[in-house]
Amino acid sequence: MIEKLDRAGSVLVRNMEFAGFTILLLLKSLYYFKNIFGKRHEIIKQLYYAGVKTFPVISIVALFTGMVLGLQMGIEMKAYHQEIHIGGVVIATLTREMAPFTAAIILIASVGSAMAAELGTMKVSEEIDALEIMSISVEKYLVMPRIAALAVMMPVATVYVNVMGSIGGAVVAKSHLNISYGLYYHVLLEHLHFKAVYVGLLKAFVFGLGISSISCAQGLRAENGALGVGRATRDAVVASFIMVLIIGYYITEFFFRFGL
Amino acid sequence: MIELRNVTRYFGDFTVLKDLSIKIEEGETFVIIGMSGTGKTVTLKHISGLLDPDHGEVLIDGIRINGASRRVKERLRRKMGMVFQSGALVNWLSVGDNVSLPLVERQEMGTDEIYEAVMKKLKLLHLDDAYYKMPSEISGGMKKRVCLARVLVRNPEIILYDEPTSGLDPVMSSVINNLIKEMDSEFGVTSVVVTHDMESAFFLADRIAMLYNGEIVQCDTPENIRNSVNPVVRQFVEGAIQGPIAVE
Repeated sequence: MIEKLDRAGSVLVRNMEFAGFTILLLLKSLYYFKNIFGKRHEIIKQLYYAGVKTFPVISIVALFTGMVLGLQMGIEMKAYHQEIHIGGVVIATLTREMAPFTAAIILIASVGSAMAAELGTMKVSEEIDALEIMSISVEKYLVMPRIAALAVMMPVATVYVNVMGSIGGAVVAKSHLNISYGLYYHVLLEHLHFKAVYVGLLKAFVFGLGISSISCAQGLRAENGALGVGRATRDAVVASFIMVLIIGYYITEFFFRFGL
Repeated sequence: MIELRNVTRYFGDFTVLKDLSIKIEEGETFVIIGMSGTGKTVTLKHISGLLDPDHGEVLIDGIRINGASRRVKERLRRKMGMVFQSGALVNWLSVGDNVSLPLVERQEMGTDEIYEAVMKKLKLLHLDDAYYKMPSEISGGMKKRVCLARVLVRNPEIILYDEPTSGLDPVMSSVINNLIKEMDSEFGVTSVVVTHDMESAFFLADRIAMLYNGEIVQCDTPENIRNSVNPVVRQFVEGAIQGPIAVE
């Protein structure tokens, strides 16, 4: 019993320690945002990896998310002869919740994991040590450009998921519910509320900060060669996923509670 | 001057360094020899402040580096450079960009000045043709030389070498050994060299320390190490299979 408590305690301490390390890493990197112009080439490179490279997969996932939403909701709404409102339901679901969530899942899997693996490999091959000895700040040189890139790219990806998802919904509305594109988009635009859009974008921005700092932190703490890099990558994905769910919930609740 | 005072370091239950005390004088070339896993690289990482001891202290020019603030560590590290066993090059930068990295990040020199300084060091290490090559396109030995060029370009007062000649052919080993010697004699650089290569150790060292099970068993001149009566040192220097060092 004591052994189990001891183990649970050490897991808790380890996780708290990691959370502290991640928050400090984020704060230190935010401090180096003052050097953002000097690091523009690195940021552009990271934007390319986080954005251009992931847009094909975002397109497919977003399109089918919209199609699934349209189909599932459309079938139910048709039973109550309310299928005409399908555009409104699709956009309301996407803007506030589904779009930032979907974009986050894709970017965790494709970009966050790559960040953790890249920095983890640098850590185990002593490249991070070499930077430290050269008095080069790891937060400024490696972490800040990644955080900046993902903080920018997450909202962009979210808007793109909204667009592609609504196209997916339109295709299903036309083919399965016999609703014209014109009517679908007319209803969709009627239900497109500014508040839902900015809450969704704010979520995406926070997810971008969170995913990049968690992934970089996991990479920077990697040890024990390839095995450690693999573990860091897996832990980065798991921790980012949990963060997205928890932070997403609290942002939603905050805006509902205060009616913002 | 570098001083380690009663340094003890644990990795879990394993004691890597046991109450280690070393004093390295300015301009000295101090060589640490010993079996793999005896804490040689760990000692270098303590000197550079990458690792902090569990007990004891590490002083660089009288200033304690372990537990020091980031600013103090950065100030002390500006005086030192480290040649890593693997080279530790940033893999997405070319050879030239790797060597210029510390100068570019410090933003104290113009682009042309940086290029000149980098080319000078690359030429010194016979790497001037490799300026635009990526780390993945060069051999392990070349990576190590690039790492050395990256250290030299900063003109440090202290250079830590982790196995500088391992993986190099005999000719290139001699080039590197001569360069280390030259750094010492011409520029008064303090060098701490970790090596298995006894020939290099005897050629380079002002003093040699043999590390065994986290402790220094003998610290002496190359001559006295060569003629040591200590059975551990004797076995290591002669490369004998029989002796107190257990071959696992």
